[in-house]
Amino acid sequence: MSRAWTTFWTLVIGVPLAAFIVWALSDNALLFFVTLLNGLTLASLYFIVAAGFTLVFGLMRNVNLAHGSLYLLGAYSGWLVGDATGSWLLAVATGFVTAAVLGLLLQLLVFRSMQGQDLRQTLVTIGLSIVLADVMLWIFGGEIYTFDPPSWIYGSTTLPVVETYPTYRLVVLLLSIVIGLALWWLLARTRVGAMIRAGVDDRGMLAASGVNVQLVFALTFAIGAGLAGLAGVVGGSALSIAPGEDSRYLLASLVVVIVGGMGSVSGAAIGALLIGSAEQFGLAYAPTYGVVFSFVIMVLVLAFRPRGIMGRAAA
Amino acid sequence: MSAASWRRAMNAEAAARMPARPLPTQPSVVVGIDPSAPTTSRWLEFLRRELSVRHVVVLVGVLIYPFVASPFFTYQIGAQALALGLIALSLTLLAGYGGMVSLAQMTVAGLAGYLVAIFGESAATAISLNWPWWVAVPFAVALAVVFATAVGWLSVRTEGIYTIMITLAIGMALFYLAQQNYTLFNGHQGFNQLFPPKIGDVDFRAPVPFYYLALACALVGYFFVKHLVRTPFGVALQGIRDNPRRMRALGYNVMAHRVAAYALAGALAAVGGVLITWYNNRISPGSMGLGVMINILVIAVLGGMKRPIGAFVGAIVFVLLQNFAIDLVDRERFNLVIGGVFLVIVLSSRDGLLGLWAMVRSRFSLQSRNTNQWRHP
Repeated sequence: MSRAWTTFWTLVIGVPLAAFIVWALSDNALLFFVTLLNGLTLASLYFIVAAGFTLVFGLMRNVNLAHGSLYLLGAYSGWLVGDATGSWLLAVATGFVTAAVLGLLLQLLVFRSMQGQDLRQTLVTIGLSIVLADVMLWIFGGEIYTFDPPSWIYGSTTLPVVETYPTYRLVVLLLSIVIGLALWWLLARTRVGAMIRAGVDDRGMLAASGVNVQLVFALTFAIGAGLAGLAGVVGGSALSIAPGEDSRYLLASLVVVIVGGMGSVSGAAIGALLIGSAEQFGLAYAPTYGVVFSFVIMVLVLAFRPRGIMGRAAA
Repeated sequence: MSAASWRRAMNAEAAARMPARPLPTQPSVVVGIDPSAPTTSRWLEFLRRELSVRHVVVLVGVLIYPFVASPFFTYQIGAQALALGLIALSLTLLAGYGGMVSLAQMTVAGLAGYLVAIFGESAATAISLNWPWWVAVPFAVALAVVFATAVGWLSVRTEGIYTIMITLAIGMALFYLAQQNYTLFNGHQGFNQLFPPKIGDVDFRAPVPFYYLALACALVGYFFVKHLVRTPFGVALQGIRDNPRRMRALGYNVMAHRVAAYALAGALAAVGGVLITWYNNRISPGSMGLGVMINILVIAVLGGMKRPIGAFVGAIVFVLLQNFAIDLVDRERFNLVIGGVFLVIVLSSRDGLLGLWAMVRSRFSLQSRNTNQWRHP
């Protein structure tokens, strides 16, 4: 895109956005900042879910449409442990481990044998998500489950400007930043991360240089699935767990990852920020058409950057 | 995924199944598109080439079916399978012949149903415009086709797996829009009392007339697709499926062909959507939710996407399972059954039930191994 076009689009998108911010601030500054914080916390939740999704796709070209089921599975198993032991932290750990183990099993037993057959892998994940959703509905029924997080994160915190804000949401925000940094550290600073990055760029060369690619795949799938399970407990504590949440978070991670660019963790962060705030601002300022905003963002991104904001043509 | 690896996957599959497809080099294609032949003889030629004994048997079978089956089987099984099969056929056209797996076909169908409710008559008198059906239905189908074209325009920018995700996201976006919007879509309750029209003395609400209506639409759709894939456009579309870069180098406008395929498939899906809306007598966001969108994919994949009949085979199996899974397992566990069947089929066959059938035939009949039993009918 030429510089003139960039300027043009910056103006077309930036000016109305700036006008909206000025109007919203002068109209009701409190609402604006609360919505902004809500958007940020929702974005953090989306980021945790979508980071695993994008990691798995980036390395294995496997669109795991059972990602939402992993989210729900982590949430339910975390709830079981949390209910039995009373420890919320243990519930979070359980959510991560359960989903990670299932992800590992899926990679080893199913996807490994159909490497490179992308469409079939996707169809299998669809079948799995149908079966998993129904099994979970069978076991846990249609009731809504809520977590019991410890009191130190459940109250409200006094902040400047927005006065009081639920502490838990701030914890989610903090957690997603920690997870983001941990992922960055893993990918950029460790040997395994270097292998994963090399695998994203060129699977064949990585295998040729003597790395056990299957091991890297299994590990990545476990981490990606585990993040979904962890998000299940964290998100389930912010809202609740119920059947149907799986497709909600699957859709969220799809849109986030399409906007941000498949396979890029930083893209997932940008996409989550855009979609999370679009949803919350839509909810606050135009309730009926809230969903349409994230859709419009997706359409705009696709029309001008078909591979997403941080996406690039893969080999 | 990259265009190159997607193409590789598609080519590998194409190589394994090569004889099962109509080859662009077959002389019959040239006959089919000979512009100098008069229209009527072209059609006769088309019929002669396309119709074989088993077509006649199936045709007679589906025509006398309502006279031997109970109204339940005519309506709940027969008509529903035909309407669902028509929507799945649109996916077969896109995915099997165009290489684009779109999950938004049910969304197009649902939108057509919604538009029929908005333009025509329904229980929601504040919204419905009460146009006569012969105005409302063409309008609804036309607008749904426009929507399908827009979906196509958006999603053809992407390849392979991206297409699935983008069409899924579009479908879910429209689902949530329909659920939250009350001025146009009437929110989560949608529209009730959507009845098929009465033409003269024939009331299409009755099982047998409705069955024949669905059958007529399904037959037109089936032969339309069969004919389309032999036209220059259809052959080019299959070429684009197998190797878009080469087709581009040959001077074909790849994007325009793909968008056109979306539009044509959208027309099929829209007609199917109107039928399924009339069948249910209602439309709500749930009629185009994630589960239903995936059901259409399940139907198409279950039957097999290499040939148009697969969509209907899949639909019949799906509807039978839906209605009789209750006898096998708990009523609530239908999704488990259909998901399990789907998984087994996907894991064991590359081309659904038709692929399994071909495998069984080639294994058990040594004689037919030598004759060309893979040939396209």
